[in-house]
Parts: sequence; structure tokens; C-alpha cells
Amino acid sequence: MATAHSRAAARLTMSPAVVLLLGWMLIPLAMTLYFSFLRYNLLMPGQEEWIGVLNYQYFLTDPAFFAALGNTLALVGGVLVLTIAGGIGLALLLDRPFWGRGIVRLLIIAPFFVMPTVSALVWKNMLMNPVNGLFAAIAKGLGLQPFDFLAEAPLSSIILIVTWQWLPFATLILLTALQSLDSERLEAAEMDGAGAVDRFIHIILPHLARAMTVVTLIQTIFLLSVFAEILVTTNGGPGTATTNITYLVYAQSLLQFDVGGGSAGGIVAVVLANIVAVFLMRMIGRNLDI
Amino acid sequence: MGQITLDRVTKSFGDIAVIPPLDLTIGNGEFVVFVGPSGCGKSTLLRLIAGLEDVSSGSIRIDGKDATALPPAQRGLAMVFQSYALYPHMTVRNNIAFPLKMARLDKAAIDRKVEAAAKVLNLTSYLDRRPGQLSGGQRQRVAIGRAIVREPTAFLFDEPLSNLDAALRVNMRLEISELHASLGTTMIYVTHDQVEAMTMADKIVVLNAGRIEQVGSPIDLYSRPRNRFVAGFIGSPRMNFIEGEAARGDGADCIGIRPEHLALSTESGRWSGTVTVSEHLGSDTFVYVQVEGIGTLVARAGGEFPVHHGDRVWLTPQTEKLHRFDAQGNAVSSAAPGVKVA
Repeated sequence: MATAHSRAAARLTMSPAVVLLLGWMLIPLAMTLYFSFLRYNLLMPGQEEWIGVLNYQYFLTDPAFFAALGNTLALVGGVLVLTIAGGIGLALLLDRPFWGRGIVRLLIIAPFFVMPTVSALVWKNMLMNPVNGLFAAIAKGLGLQPFDFLAEAPLSSIILIVTWQWLPFATLILLTALQSLDSERLEAAEMDGAGAVDRFIHIILPHLARAMTVVTLIQTIFLLSVFAEILVTTNGGPGTATTNITYLVYAQSLLQFDVGGGSAGGIVAVVLANIVAVFLMRMIGRNLDI
Repeated sequence: MGQITLDRVTKSFGDIAVIPPLDLTIGNGEFVVFVGPSGCGKSTLLRLIAGLEDVSSGSIRIDGKDATALPPAQRGLAMVFQSYALYPHMTVRNNIAFPLKMARLDKAAIDRKVEAAAKVLNLTSYLDRRPGQLSGGQRQRVAIGRAIVREPTAFLFDEPLSNLDAALRVNMRLEISELHASLGTTMIYVTHDQVEAMTMADKIVVLNAGRIEQVGSPIDLYSRPRNRFVAGFIGSPRMNFIEGEAARGDGADCIGIRPEHLALSTESGRWSGTVTVSEHLGSDTFVYVQVEGIGTLVARAGGEFPVHHGDRVWLTPQTEKLHRFDAQGNAVSSAAPGVKVA
């Protein structure tokens, strides 16, 4: 296969895709980088001028930036912990034979197919609403004061919504990993005197390590850019309580019309995402070394 | 210690009875081999003894105590699986130490026992490797190591050598036999390979469709098979069976004669036929002969026997080594004096 001819042919046939992808990624990135060094405000068209790193200085010293950074980390970390813990629990349950397992598996996967905007609206208006919501109705039925989720615990509520969306994904990946566990290995552990808890800690969890790493990596990529759920529910508020970096960039560019500052924020987000990626890749590298 | 008694044990999966009522006693220190074709229930029987499957009825006693309802860990048995079932994320040391850790032994005792087991099995220099870095034979030894550190009352082996290549299989066979000789612990060994059964066992249990066809020492089964199934299963190449006119001449519905008990001649004999294939193994020659009215018979000649495809040869059975079977396939008493048929 690897003759000079076939290599040349491979390069030739690959090149359109590579050129297209590079253009797709590099041109927006280069433009964002360029804008981030301009004073570029939509309210002052035609007055763009080079201002060096001033946009970065403003963005990084903005108190909202640190709040947004903290919120981003809390959102990503919270959802990861909840989806992996919940995913392992659900996978263990779904791995057991029970009547109607096929239907239940299908239902478990369903939230993944609901688009984020819709699920956030459903949660906001049908479940968490303090007047009309299901949770409020339950609370009233029990004689309790309804809890205004999005006003009292906004970030936790968003973490809950996003967890609901990503739990099926984690469950699915962890379930397939669980099904690839050799049953003889569990039987051997049973003969060796390991009870259910010991089998879970010493055999099942290590076997799931790789799947957990994959879930972490893929979810982190998507969770860093959670946006729709925040826009429809809280608009980043109250104050900056639910503003993450993505939402802050949006607010800077399109609510305050400061494209230059927003671009600087975008570049900061890219750098942060890469730092996270380096850590994750290291973690994966270690976990794949079994 | 290490006596296992099965009393009227049955096992069925749904409506399918895998093991009809079965009685068996395994004595202390015996090396017992369960042998039979695939699907005969031998692995199921082992798993019933191990406690990995529940018996449908009947009882299992280990050292006189009723173990029928005991979970696997409390039966004091250790099992070596066909796939070895090593823990891939643990080092060899931790694999071997796992049952001791589960028994909550203190660290010094664990280290001492693991080192001792590793020494017996020549694994000392591999203790810090992962199973993935070991060869098939080494993995097999780790699995055995994990079994012996528990000092069980009996070892259970489930086709442990079937994943190894032929040369290694012979080596491991010897090592397991030596281990049995030095430990003196009861061992139950499941295999479909009658060579393993013959070479290793004190006592062979031949199973067919969940039933015990015969229990006995290897030589017992070889020289006095109780029925056609055992006669055909034990011995390699398998026994020749002759039915019809030729058999009735010997006063049976079917007669059996092993290849090594058929004398080959190029001049004269009882049956004549043409050679279809001759296999020259050096030490032996196996000659496949097409005999008219009987079918293909296999005969063994010691050393070299220079015949080729199409040659005419004569075969003569050693009369005292003939096995006679009735229409149901059960062995019947021989007319020839001095030969006992069980």
C-alpha cells in the first residue's frame, strides 16, 4: 500500500477535505484574533483602530470574568461528577435482566435527543416554575413552600438541567463498557471471596476507568460551551450568578456591542480550553496504558 | 480434608434438564477428571460444585458439611478458569494477593504467601508486571498462583489448558501433575481432551448428556469400558467398531477393537482390505484400511510399516482384547476366558 504512488494519491484525495476544514477553522480564528486587538464597537461603525492588548486587559480585569471562570468550572465539574456517578448507577441497573428492559433503555436515551433550548424551556416552565411547575405542585401538595429554583439556586438548577441532558450519554458509554466485562472475571473475584462492594471497587470500577475517561473528555468539550440553557432560563443572572465564559463573550459582543472585547474573551476561552485539553489528554494517556 | 460428595444433584435451565440426578463421591487428595464431549454438562457440574450455579435439587457436601446453599467464597474451593480471568489492571503480585486481601490478612502475611507461591510457580521475576505483558503459560501460572495462596480444600480447573499451544500444554500438564503430587490437595479437572484425562487423572468421570457413563481409573476405562460411548471416547485413535455379520460371529451385536490390538500383515489374516491412508509418525504407523463388508478400520503398527495407498493388507484382532457390546451399546461378558468385562 505504502508505495510513493499510493501516498501521493492519498494526499491528493485528502487535500480538499483538509483545505476545507483548515479554512473553516483558521479563518474565523484568525479574524477573532485580529478583532481582539481592535477597538471595534458596533455602536461606532467605521472607527475601528488598533489598540494592542487593551481589550485583553479590560476583559481579564473585569470582575465578571472571574465570576464566569468560576461558574464555568463549577458547571463542568458538577455535571461531570453527577453524570458519571449517575451513569454508573443507571448502567449497573440496566445491565441486569428485568421485564421491559428494552423499553426502559430506549426511554433512558431519550433526553439526549431533545435539543438544549427545548429541554431548558421545559425545565424552566413546566418543572421548576414556582407557580405552575410540577415541583411547585408537589411541594404545595405536601404543604411546603414552593422553591423558586432559578432565582434561589440558579447555578445548581442549570447544572441539574445540563446533567439531565448528558446523563443518557454517560449511561450509554458506561453500559457498553460494563457489558464488555468478562463474566468469568467477576466469578473469579466471587470465588476469591470478594463481596458485591469489593467486586464493584476492585473489578468493575477499574474496568470502567477507560470509559469514564472518554465520557469526561467528550463531555468537557461540550460543557465548556454550554449556552442555550443559560440564555433561555436565566440570561446569565441573577447578576453574574450563572454567567459562564461562553455567555460572557456573547454578552460582551452582542449585548454591549463590544466586538473587540468579545473577541479577546473568545481567545481567552480558546486558551483555557486548551489548558483543560492538555490535562485531559494526559489523563487519557495514563488510562489507556492498561 | 477435601472430600466432596454429590447426592442426587440435578440442574435444569428452564425446561431443559442439563444434569439428571447424579451421585458422585470425590475422595480426599484425588485428582479427578471430568471428561466428555462439548455440551455434556461437565463445566456445569464443576460450576455447581464451585457454587457459581445453584443446584435445582439434591445436595453437595464438602468435608461432610452441607455446602448446597453456601456462597462460592465460603466453600473453601479455588477455581482456575479457561480464560484465566486475571485482573488486567493489577500486577501479578496484586492478582495473586487478591484473595488474601479479601480475606483481610495483614500485609506481612500476604507478602510472605505471595512470594512463596511465586517461587513455586517460577513467577518471582514477573511479580511487578501486568497480565497483559505475560505469555499464555505465564498467565496460566498466575491463575494457578491465585488459587494456591488460598490453601483451598480442593482446586477446580475448567479446561485450563485449552488456550495454550500443543508444546506448552504438555509442559503445563506436567506442572499441574507435579503440583498435585506436592500439595496432595483434591483436584477436579474438566477437559474434553481424553489425553489430558488419561495422563493426569487418578479417577476419570466420563460424562455424556449430563449422565455419568463410567467412573474409574484411566486403565480401567481403557481396558474395561462399560459401554460403547466410553469405549469410543477413551483411546486415540478411537476404537474400531464392527457391526453386522462379522460381529455376530463373535456372539455380539457389535464388537470393538482398538487400533493397537489389530495385527497388520501383508500376507494373511482374518480380514483383508486395501490401504486408504497410512500415517507415519516415526514411532508408530497408523494404517486406515477399507475392509469390504465392514468399513474402514484403523490399525497401529509399531515403528515403520511400509504400505501405501491401494496396497492389500490383512488384519487380525487379538481375540482376548475384543470388546463385545449388545444392541443397547452396553458391554457384555466375553466368551473368551480370562477377560473380565465390567
